[in-house]
Amino acid sequence: MTKELIAQHNLTDDEYQKIIGILGREPNITELGMFSVMWSEHCSYKSSRVHLRKLPTTGPRVVQGPGENAGVVDIGDGLCAVFKMESHNHPSFIEPYQGAATGVGGILRDIFTMGARPIALLDALRFGGLDNAKNRHLLEGVVAGIAGYGNCMGVPTIGGEIVFNDIYSKNPLVNVFCLGIAHKDKIFLGTAAGIDNPVIYFGSKTGRDGIHGATMASDSFDDQSEQKRPTVQVGDPFTEKLLLEACLELMAGDLLVGIQDMGAAGLTSSSCEMASRAGNGMDLDLTDVPRREPGMTPYELMLSESQERMLMVAQAGKEQECIRICKKWDLDVAVVGRVTGDGILRVRDQGKVVAEIPAKSLADDGPRYERPYSPPGYQDMLTNLNYDALPDVKDANVALLSLLESPTIASKRWVYEQYDHMVRTNTMVRPGSDAAVVRIKGTNKALAMTVDCNSRYCLLHPYEGARIAVAEAARNLVCSGAEPIGLTDCLNFGNPERPEIMWQFVLAIEGLRDACEYFKVPIVSGNVSFYNETNGLSIYPTPMLGMVGLIDSVEQTMTQWFKQDGDAIILLGKTKEDLGGTEYLKVLHHREQGSPPLLSLEEEKSLHDFLLKVIREGLVQSAHDCSDGGLAVALVESCISGPTTRRGAVVRLGLDTLRRDALLFGESQSRVVLSVKPELVEQVLKRAGDADVPAMTIGTVGGDRVVIDVEKGQWSEGCRIDLSVDQLFEQWTFSIERTLSQA
Amino acid sequence: MKIGVIVFPGSNCDDDCRHIFKDVLGQSVEMIWHKETSLAGLDVIVLPGGFSYGDYLRTGAIAKFSPVMGLVKEFAKVGGMVLGVCNGFQILLEAGMLPGAMLRNKSLHFICKDLPVKVENAATAFTSACQPGQVLTLPIAHADGNYYADPVTLAAMQANAQIVLRYCTPEGKVMPEANPNGSLGNIAGIINAAGNVLGMMPHPERCAETVLGNDDGKLIFRSMLESLRQSKKPLQMAPV
Repeated sequence: MTKELIAQHNLTDDEYQKIIGILGREPNITELGMFSVMWSEHCSYKSSRVHLRKLPTTGPRVVQGPGENAGVVDIGDGLCAVFKMESHNHPSFIEPYQGAATGVGGILRDIFTMGARPIALLDALRFGGLDNAKNRHLLEGVVAGIAGYGNCMGVPTIGGEIVFNDIYSKNPLVNVFCLGIAHKDKIFLGTAAGIDNPVIYFGSKTGRDGIHGATMASDSFDDQSEQKRPTVQVGDPFTEKLLLEACLELMAGDLLVGIQDMGAAGLTSSSCEMASRAGNGMDLDLTDVPRREPGMTPYELMLSESQERMLMVAQAGKEQECIRICKKWDLDVAVVGRVTGDGILRVRDQGKVVAEIPAKSLADDGPRYERPYSPPGYQDMLTNLNYDALPDVKDANVALLSLLESPTIASKRWVYEQYDHMVRTNTMVRPGSDAAVVRIKGTNKALAMTVDCNSRYCLLHPYEGARIAVAEAARNLVCSGAEPIGLTDCLNFGNPERPEIMWQFVLAIEGLRDACEYFKVPIVSGNVSFYNETNGLSIYPTPMLGMVGLIDSVEQTMTQWFKQDGDAIILLGKTKEDLGGTEYLKVLHHREQGSPPLLSLEEEKSLHDFLLKVIREGLVQSAHDCSDGGLAVALVESCISGPTTRRGAVVRLGLDTLRRDALLFGESQSRVVLSVKPELVEQVLKRAGDADVPAMTIGTVGGDRVVIDVEKGQWSEGCRIDLSVDQLFEQWTFSIERTLSQA
Repeated sequence: MKIGVIVFPGSNCDDDCRHIFKDVLGQSVEMIWHKETSLAGLDVIVLPGGFSYGDYLRTGAIAKFSPVMGLVKEFAKVGGMVLGVCNGFQILLEAGMLPGAMLRNKSLHFICKDLPVKVENAATAFTSACQPGQVLTLPIAHADGNYYADPVTLAAMQANAQIVLRYCTPEGKVMPEANPNGSLGNIAGIINAAGNVLGMMPHPERCAETVLGNDDGKLIFRSMLESLRQSKKPLQMAPV
């Protein structure tokens, strides 16, 4: 093996020596390739694993925590929610349509591999600003790719979030969340148990696409990265749909021992991981592997990341029934091996052994690094923000309109109307509320789902930012009437070999840990995506969260928009001088600086407990959390985001000691805008007082204008927002469309 | 009543149709694999939405060759009631069971949203529970709903009152501003001359339960069941 060849495989000298130690000899080229993908950051979690252990992963509802294809949480009635989120960032930059499409395909397979029928997809996306043609191309391509795959599969894309910031221009993020429903006693795992059981390949044929995709995803980009296009896989959602139905039919019979999809590292990862989990080995014969073209080498066959392929271990004697079902669904299928007891993954081609590696060494004995970490030298400069140097807002109307036009805050209608968000006829709350809600057929229950992360907060303070991400996700669910029951994470960071990136990562993990423990919401699955940087410039730390909440009774589902003229508007929570890291500072002052809002877990939890109770008792008409753009934006969204009727509002606020901009656009945490029928106001306020949740009536729903009167305070003059509902609606609803069509 | 829902490879609204007819309307439903060789005993055939054969080549272009389609044609010929929704409509066009063809949406994008749709003909077996001119709110979800027919065909359809549903404004005005996909004359749904085969792009099965916030679609299903009850006589299928 030459030094160049080893380096090309992204293996260090130490790692190569470790391989020699395991094999007792030099690896051949096929073996080198197999080690390189399995020991890549993407597959081995070598930089993150020591820290991921800190996360809380257990709880009374947890049926399956991290380590399998997806996490499983009990939702009662003999049913489980199976969910996970994964990134497809690197491929989506190189080839946005296919990158995003295969991201959707991969996460869907993770879910149905477990025996669950996927019922919902959500996407968390990050792009650079839309003033740049390349970024517009990436947005359009990614959205089309998600739509092309998800729509064809018949799995609704019911929600998500998108943030635009130039830091993502060369490293856009595509994080896809999927949830499925399975019977608790029919969960399937990726295990190759039972010596001599047959190993069966089914799905698409193997081609030369995606070779070294996992290795690419474990490296930073430079100016030549677009040459990596051949490492991006090409998706075929039609075949995936057949694969889904075939899998569920296979699982309905008593045929399978274990099953796993061929995702990153393809045949290599599925075979060695299944064998390793069972403590067994596997004999694979590549001769019968269905392939797209002749002349493929064992190296290519073992490393291909061709999509829509699965590996199953069937019960001995059930091969023919498995093959019959696969053929019914027009899939390629072949018995390609058997389970062995010697712990070795042995690969043959045309009668010759071409690789022989202990399965466990490949799957689990990869290197582990405790990489050094320390805060970057510029951290203080980021957090230091002199408020006195920032002029307070003068024309609050102009500021509000600018914020509503910011694509991060503006309606994502242009995006979600391209996604089928209604197929499967479960969608009760569609994209555009705090969380999306689907009913669970056959029960009276519903599940709420949200994806959240404010990465600017995480840049300014990774620990606080991560805690806020958990709090906001939970708050979104509670505003929808749901109790948070589980979480999946998708941790997007830069190059972990740099101590400041590792510092961001470690602090974010600790923030997640502390908040999840406090809220008692376990993390049941997840994914780490490092090396999101180009030419040494890293993305903001983006620990994306997907949280799931349970609604016991569909009637208790809540939405964010005002329902009735004359209802009282109540603000829960306390507004402080929290301007650091806000969208307001970015849009109006072009600064991404300061300390993120302070979060008290205790206050947040009291808010959730109180709000969930009053929603469930039917005392609330609408609930919307205050996040990007603060109270003013939350009020406007409550007026204009409803699916049918738009409403005005008249609001009066007192400044007290605050600045005008902090009151209107600051992003203090633990705040929710409620609307309540007039006759219930007193009761709600009293209940809030009893629960120690700050609450006050700030206005009334009604009219065709949004009027916010800010009264003079101790230090500042007052101001007034007075805009027509129609103007606010136009500004907010069509912002992204306008930008794309004017370009 | 016995409802048959055809399952093509790539159908994905088949289970939604089963749910509505069985769980919501209490009818018996049979899922029919596209290689099935008999449709005996069925009162209604539903061609559901989805992406049969991945919509490769052209929507519905491959599904029309599925073995079951010969039987569906027979079934329609002897007066059996056939409903095609979205991809099902596209298949009916490709199979020649309804006139016209479907083009890509004018925007070239997939569009998923609720729209006001006007019932132009409330005298059909599929719309009898609606008022003439009634505006329903129905969701669309398609990339190819831009309906086209040549002028002669269109004139004949007009004369026969075969245009059953058109996209309209919330007030019921049929005008270009209310057209989501460029379809000729805002056409959203058409019926064959015999009145027993309806194709529609909007999805009535997605809006037939109050828990989902809208049950306008139920009017379509109620019309169908009522028409069947009134005309209940066994269909004479030619032996296959």
